[in-house]
Amino acid sequence: MNAKTRNKIATTGIYTLVSIVVIILFGILGNILVSGVPHLSWHFLSSEASSYQAGGGVRDQLFNSLYLLVLTLIISLPIALGAGIYLAEYAKDNWFTSLIRTTIEILSSLPSIVVGLFGYLLFVVQFGFGFSIISGALALTFFNLPTLTSNIEQAIEGVPEAQRDAGLALGLSNWKTIRGIVLPAALPGILTGIILSAGRIFGEAAALIYTAGQSGSTIDYSNWNPLSPTSFLNIMRPAETLAVHIWKVNTEGIIPDATIVSAATSALLIIVVILFNLGARALGNHLYRKLTAAKS
Amino acid sequence: MNNKDLKKVVESALDEQKVPHVKLKKIGASKVDVASLTKPSKETRQEYWGKGLTYFAIILIIILVASIIGFIGFHGLETFTKDHVNIFHFLTSSDWDPGEGKNHVGAAAMIVTSFAVTLLAALVATPFAIAVALFMTEYSSKKGARFLQSVIELLVGIPSVVYGFLGLTVIVPFIRNIFGGTGFGILSATLVLFVMVLPTITSLTVDSLKAVPSDYRKASLALGATKWQTIYKVILRVASPRIMTAVIFGMARAFGEALAVQMVIGNAVLMPANLVSPSATLTSQLTSQMGNTVMGTLPNNALWSLALLLLIMSLVFNFLVRLIGKRGQK
Repeated sequence: MNAKTRNKIATTGIYTLVSIVVIILFGILGNILVSGVPHLSWHFLSSEASSYQAGGGVRDQLFNSLYLLVLTLIISLPIALGAGIYLAEYAKDNWFTSLIRTTIEILSSLPSIVVGLFGYLLFVVQFGFGFSIISGALALTFFNLPTLTSNIEQAIEGVPEAQRDAGLALGLSNWKTIRGIVLPAALPGILTGIILSAGRIFGEAAALIYTAGQSGSTIDYSNWNPLSPTSFLNIMRPAETLAVHIWKVNTEGIIPDATIVSAATSALLIIVVILFNLGARALGNHLYRKLTAAKS
Repeated sequence: MNNKDLKKVVESALDEQKVPHVKLKKIGASKVDVASLTKPSKETRQEYWGKGLTYFAIILIIILVASIIGFIGFHGLETFTKDHVNIFHFLTSSDWDPGEGKNHVGAAAMIVTSFAVTLLAALVATPFAIAVALFMTEYSSKKGARFLQSVIELLVGIPSVVYGFLGLTVIVPFIRNIFGGTGFGILSATLVLFVMVLPTITSLTVDSLKAVPSDYRKASLALGATKWQTIYKVILRVASPRIMTAVIFGMARAFGEALAVQMVIGNAVLMPANLVSPSATLTSQLTSQMGNTVMGTLPNNALWSLALLLLIMSLVFNFLVRLIGKRGQK
């Protein structure tokens, strides 16, 4: 067999494998959307989940997912921002920096179930928070911190050095330069990072089943007092999210329409995650064009 | 130097000045606020404050990771220190029934299953990942590469429970029809994990191929090599350490994946007889049993030992990545 035939065989092989991957993806997306979207109705989105009858919805799960997402971002953003700024601006090339980088790598490679179990041990059991939204949000923060930190670090490192020199030449302190010049310039990258991690948080379930819990309590959407146990804003109530709901109805649920409910919920999750991805890209492009004079 | 001395210095400086400082003469040396001269400037204070904030965030992360390792290590070791389970027995016996006492705490079945699904998934996914990466960097136009890039990003974005649900409704019945039995088992888990680790391995492989200097390609083609010869003999060889890293990252993800695996593996703690018999991995056992045990009892401690094992494996994967990274730099 000469080199040219081999070349042809290899090329065909590569094209075949690539086509299989593309077919798999469209198979997955098509399967979820075709089997799920027809069941996505206003009724499904706006009614409570049922525990044993058919016809339940995901109203509370949807709200819990969004609420957990917001809380997690509120907690994790300041920490990730601080750590990202440190790594991009202040970190010297020494043992301490390499310790930090190793730590962050370890955190990012921890299985999310381990992070969830740690959250269970610390918040649910040790601090006595019980299965609650706050335990879930803290566990998700641990899960989210490493990716968000490295996204922010990359965004800040992407800002040209000349911008920093200009700030320092004006007599500004290093910190003021970072806050007033570098961070605004890095904003598109940071926002993209935040939205992408929002997609990850939204679909996460393993870190939540033993922290935020697998069941919801009765929620009153007209009760705005965060301290009341029935209020939808209460952070001490157990909360089941969309992703946990899918897992729950498939493994332990007894509702007769489990497949339909999970198909519709999966479709909902996928649509939201795709929206997050598209949103991140659109926002990144938009801000980039606005802030940089690039034309296209 | 104290403030009195400073004032003297200011006065003597005023006296010595041949061209007197007009403003200073007007207000008088005694009225100069010497105290403020010795204090750090506003800029310095800002700097301290800002640097302090970032240090705080960093230290928080370090404490967090240390306490994760500490807490899980402490609870995981209690099986051996407090309940006196033999650690060798724990690793080699496949008799898992911790409710029956300390002689029935053997995790070997789960360890074997975890490694089996991880290795098989990586084995299946790697050729696909390398093919897609090669296609994106060496064959396709920019448009095609961008299309595949978004395909991969979409695959990453799909939540793991959705993969689990698809496995449960598509893959498990499919395998049941072909091989009989329940359909749950290592094969189903492998197929689900294959799709889940594919994007991880692919995107890291793309990075590694992009890092190969284009001069190498040109030099090889100029020697009359075909495209495949260039790829096989030059590009893949140069990129191989980083491709290995990519595969290990994929394996780490497969090893730690919990829910998707738990939904298709069958959850019977048995040494897997074949690829289609129900079994259980470390993660699936943790997921399904943690809620059914009472804190502090042997069955619960045994589960924490499984969690510790997961943690240790995650550290090992990390270490391997670093080791290969260092080799690659030489």
